[in-house]
Amino acid sequence: MNKILIDLKNISKSFDGQMVLDDLNLYIRENEFLTLLGPSGCGKTTTLRILGGFESPDTGSVIFDGSDITKLPPNKRQLNTVFQKYALFTHMTIAENIAFGLKIKNKSKTYINDKIKYALKLVNLEGFENRMPDSLSGGQQQRIAIARAIVNEPKVLLLDEPLGALDLKLRQDMQYELIRLKNELGITFIYVTHDQEEALTMSDTIVVMNQGYIQQIGTPEKIYNEPENAFVADFIGDSNIISSTMIEDKLVEILGTRFPCVDTGFGCNKPVDVVIRPEDVILSSPAKGKMTGTVTHLIFKGVHYEMEVTAAGYEWLVHSTGMFPVGTEVGIDVDPFNIQIMNKPASEDEEAVGVNE
Amino acid sequence: MIKNTVKKLYIILIFVFLYAPIVTLIVLSFNASRTRAKWGGLTLKWYGALFQNDEILQALFNTLFIAFTASAIATVIGTIACISIMNLKKRARTVVIGITNIPMLNADIVTGISFMLLFISMGLRFGMETILLSHITFCIPYVILSVMPRMKQLNPHTYEAALDLGAGPICGFFKVVFPDILPGVLSGFLMAFTMSLDDFIITHFTKGAGVDTLSTKIYTEVKKGIKPEMYALSTIIFVTVLVLLLLVNKAPSENKKMKKNTF
Amino acid sequence: MNKKKLLGTPYFIWSVVFIIIPLCMVFYYGFTDKSGAFTLENIIAISTPEHVKALYLALGLSLISTLICLVLAYPLAMILCGLNVNQHSFIVLIFILPMWMNFLLRTLAWQTLLEKTGVINNILSFLHLPALTIINTPYAIVLGMVYNFLPFMVLPIYNSLVKIDPNVINAARDLGANGLQVFAKVTLPLTLPGIISGITMVFIPALTTFVISKLLGGSKILLIGNVVEEEFTQAGNWHLGSGLSIVLMLFIIVNMVISSIFDKDGEGSVL
Repeated sequence: MNKILIDLKNISKSFDGQMVLDDLNLYIRENEFLTLLGPSGCGKTTTLRILGGFESPDTGSVIFDGSDITKLPPNKRQLNTVFQKYALFTHMTIAENIAFGLKIKNKSKTYINDKIKYALKLVNLEGFENRMPDSLSGGQQQRIAIARAIVNEPKVLLLDEPLGALDLKLRQDMQYELIRLKNELGITFIYVTHDQEEALTMSDTIVVMNQGYIQQIGTPEKIYNEPENAFVADFIGDSNIISSTMIEDKLVEILGTRFPCVDTGFGCNKPVDVVIRPEDVILSSPAKGKMTGTVTHLIFKGVHYEMEVTAAGYEWLVHSTGMFPVGTEVGIDVDPFNIQIMNKPASEDEEAVGVNE
Repeated sequence: MIKNTVKKLYIILIFVFLYAPIVTLIVLSFNASRTRAKWGGLTLKWYGALFQNDEILQALFNTLFIAFTASAIATVIGTIACISIMNLKKRARTVVIGITNIPMLNADIVTGISFMLLFISMGLRFGMETILLSHITFCIPYVILSVMPRMKQLNPHTYEAALDLGAGPICGFFKVVFPDILPGVLSGFLMAFTMSLDDFIITHFTKGAGVDTLSTKIYTEVKKGIKPEMYALSTIIFVTVLVLLLLVNKAPSENKKMKKNTF
Repeated sequence: MNKKKLLGTPYFIWSVVFIIIPLCMVFYYGFTDKSGAFTLENIIAISTPEHVKALYLALGLSLISTLICLVLAYPLAMILCGLNVNQHSFIVLIFILPMWMNFLLRTLAWQTLLEKTGVINNILSFLHLPALTIINTPYAIVLGMVYNFLPFMVLPIYNSLVKIDPNVINAARDLGANGLQVFAKVTLPLTLPGIISGITMVFIPALTTFVISKLLGGSKILLIGNVVEEEFTQAGNWHLGSGLSIVLMLFIIVNMVISSIFDKDGEGSVL
């Protein structure tokens, strides 16, 4: 494990009396690709702005490489930001944009010129030195914004929804580009997005946030396969979230039918939430399943069929390569290790309470 | 904290600078002394005298009549012109907008004398008509300038959608396009009205003997001393507008808040 | 499409008759004498000592006023921009509302404020400060110009400031620029169209005014605007007046060319 580079301690922030971050704790390791993921207003951008120095937290501290930088202005921090909608200087050429930070640091002309060449090569935009930002496409402007940030050799690159303004195809290309860049540069990336697919594709670590609280921290696989609460399960991918009862260790009653599972330690006859991913629902003939239901919708999605199956009063979302026409009676089964058990929140409010590793 | 105090202080100073003469005029309207040089005690007599002063009332009527007629005609011409300017090719559009900007960018005195020379060579009698023609001309650019940005924001497909759904071109314009550009049309009208009302220089060169607006009346009075009734009238106009603005601003503020929240 | 273009015809005719032709008339009168023969005399007349003096004085005072307006307006625009106030109510307050108090009366009110025994001097003597004797001097004219044209400087600068994406400023700070560097390298260049447009909007009316100098400068101080006005309303020499106006227009055209170079898309316009 790499050493911890950034440590956010007990960060709280409110705007106009509205709590945006509540006692947030988070550390970020060196050379990590960490993504802050959540719906708009969850506090992810505020967290990034606190890191960049554009907002100061009401309470708490930001520790960077062992020293407290909470009160340090942005121009004194060893990190650079790639802004939403690029924020290029429209009155400067591409070369001048990239040179901006270096000129402020009074670097020599040859050094700056070398750096511009290097950065443009890195983002595959060689020969664009004398163009103006307005003459570039969105994707190209995005690359320039990245080039402008990385020539300053920051230890950390902050990216605030950098792909939000691009179309789907370009966004997918840029995802690979960003992973390549991160590997070539060998620095820490902190990435903010509301797009769960983007987060799953690129990150080493995902931090899922909602209403100013961290919901879960983990690797993409862990977040997807073992969501810790209904919010995470619902936000990451499609899922069936069903209110159930834990009969005992390794046995759960879902919609009146008992299913073996692998989770333990939830107690006996306790209400829980169960998450079952649509691709983990196994459809078969009625006799073979633990439950029976009727297919009510069928859509062809390319790699699989998406079906809705009504069983025991619940509409199951099912992804399957096998096709069952609407109206077919089917049996439903789930493998024990594909049933993810989560504690029920005690109240509405608690749904948002922070969960820390 | 200190920075904020300095900022507030600066704004207050600028506002004092901008509003000191206005406050002075309001105070003078209550001054019992006939000259503005000395304070003769509080009085309301100028407000009474104002309504007996036919000359001032006639000038007020002229001013409002010219401002209203000129800005109304300018609004109609300007709005229609906007539609066609939007449909011009780029080069033609630049030329038209360039010409439109001339009365705004040119010095008022040059605009004024150019009107004067034009009307003389046309053989027009100087009076209300000449003032009106010149006011309409310098009002149109303000209308175009405030309608044009609205037109540009307009989604061209909404008009096409209206046609697609069976509306005729005129019906489509009034049902779909016009409501969208209405705020621009209104603010253009108000801007033109205000400009016409405050104008002195162009009126000075295009008015005939015997026709006076408030501006030209004040100008001729400068030498012999402004009649205090004039201060009273200005105060009434200013306070009326202020009250109207407060009322208008109060009403939609709730609406705006709602809008902000949805963003 | 063609129908829509035709809609503009009334306005196009209007602008030819009331904008283009009148300007041509000024040129016609400026380049002819009373008998209608071509002459450059009316233009050359600008070089007579009294006209040169009036032109220089007007140029000097309007340049000073423009500079003062710029220095006063820029911080004001920045503060207002940062305050996040309702843009509309601010424009009304600073720009529209004062106009409903007549322009001549507003300017005249400064007489009352500046006189030897006026309001300001009463306050100053109450504070045991030396009295201000600027009425009927060029200083009073500068004050009148700044007072009347300050809003025309504030608005374009304010409009170009609010258009700047706050993240562009953040980006500059992020890349290591301190407050002063951000201002010099980013804010100022990005507001240049607004500044140029503000300068145009203040300089031209200040250069050509005859009212402010008449009301606040006593009767002794003549600006080029006063000379032109008197040629038309008193001396009745339209040819000379037009010739001098053409000289004035030269300054206006130079100013417009400069501003169009800096402000290609009309970004810094007033409204």
